[in-house]
Amino acid sequence: MASGKEIRTKIKSVQNTKKITKAMEMVAASKMRKAQERMRAARPYAEKIRRLAANLSQASISDYKHPFLISKPNVSRVGLILVTTDKGLCGGLNTNALRLAVTNMRDWQANGVSEIQVAAIGNKGFGFMQRNGAKVVSHVIGLGDTPHMDKLIGPVKVLIDAYFAGELDKVYLVYTDFINTMKQEAKLEQLLPLTGDRMGAPEDTWDYLYEPDPQVVIDELLLRYVEALVYQAVAENMASEQSARMVAMKAASDNAGTVIKDLQLVYNKTRQAAITKEISEIVSGAAAV
Amino acid sequence: MAMTVHVDVVSAEEQIFSGLAEIVSLPGEAGELGILPGHTPLLTRIKPGMVRIKLPNQDEEEVIFVAGGLLEVQPNLVTVLADTAIRGKDLDEAKAMEAKRLAEEALGNRTGNLDLAKAQAELAEAVAQVAAIERLRKIKH
Repeated sequence: MASGKEIRTKIKSVQNTKKITKAMEMVAASKMRKAQERMRAARPYAEKIRRLAANLSQASISDYKHPFLISKPNVSRVGLILVTTDKGLCGGLNTNALRLAVTNMRDWQANGVSEIQVAAIGNKGFGFMQRNGAKVVSHVIGLGDTPHMDKLIGPVKVLIDAYFAGELDKVYLVYTDFINTMKQEAKLEQLLPLTGDRMGAPEDTWDYLYEPDPQVVIDELLLRYVEALVYQAVAENMASEQSARMVAMKAASDNAGTVIKDLQLVYNKTRQAAITKEISEIVSGAAAV
Repeated sequence: MAMTVHVDVVSAEEQIFSGLAEIVSLPGEAGELGILPGHTPLLTRIKPGMVRIKLPNQDEEEVIFVAGGLLEVQPNLVTVLADTAIRGKDLDEAKAMEAKRLAEEALGNRTGNLDLAKAQAELAEAVAQVAAIERLRKIKH
């Protein structure tokens, strides 16, 4: 059995760990609230641009059909936008998202996809894809606690450009959907070509006056729609990250508490044993005299 | 009471303004626009500049700076989809190039041969870890 001093040191060390996880739990809790607000703040824009995109996708304007709306029969090259967190210590969040991505990549390869291009948002996914030799065409890391459109435009544009140029047939998006504080789910969505079920049916079509001309306006609008979808995914992912971290850190703190209790018990037992031993030594010593 | 039109100014990051207005002035692609209630449906790009919203029964105007974006006008609804970043073909292009360069730099001379089996093995390990922790917790309690 370990000596009393050793156990005491160990208890101290676990107590320190508990302090840290407790602090991280509280930090994550406060960040989570802000991340949720940010996620909600992005909704009006997403909703408005979705409605516009739905209306415009139905309107036939001088035979102009945007490439985003045309689905190709053969899918042989796929783009993937992978949204993960920058930091770890958030339970199985990234693992689940990555697993979903890898499972789907397997399926695509089995179905004749010859090339997969990845745009990694977040350090974890980037590192993972890089380690495993995926073709990462663009990435962004170090997003901080607030998602900024500014940082996302470039990396997303790399894939959109490839799609425009006909180098990609489909673009998917993987992120972690925020359902509630206790539940987050990895999700795969088809980003391009745009699907009707995400956009919804057009409500009312107006005969718009386009300035300078329809094509330019539709191009801009659909590009922004796609960016808004990615932005929304990043915002959801950040809210998921904070709540997953909060839960993981709470579990860690609880575990540390159990470990401390167990160690304390062992310590008390050792101490008692030592005392008993000492007394019996004294008693037997006295008896011998 | 003067005629009013509902105005929404939203950006990808937040809702900036929502309410009624007598007139909205903003810098359109083809020149300064003044939109009154009952304007014909219009969809246009806007340039970086000020969106001025004249609130009903008030002398003051709400002034919002936008870094460009899109404007949608319906007879009783004006929606400004504001950009949060200054956009431009060249600027976007530069950002994309930068992102590409960074990715290439980070990848170094890797061929891009995706090793999915290895990836799955790595993930299986991580999943097993999480599962083991969960089981440990259940046994304890």
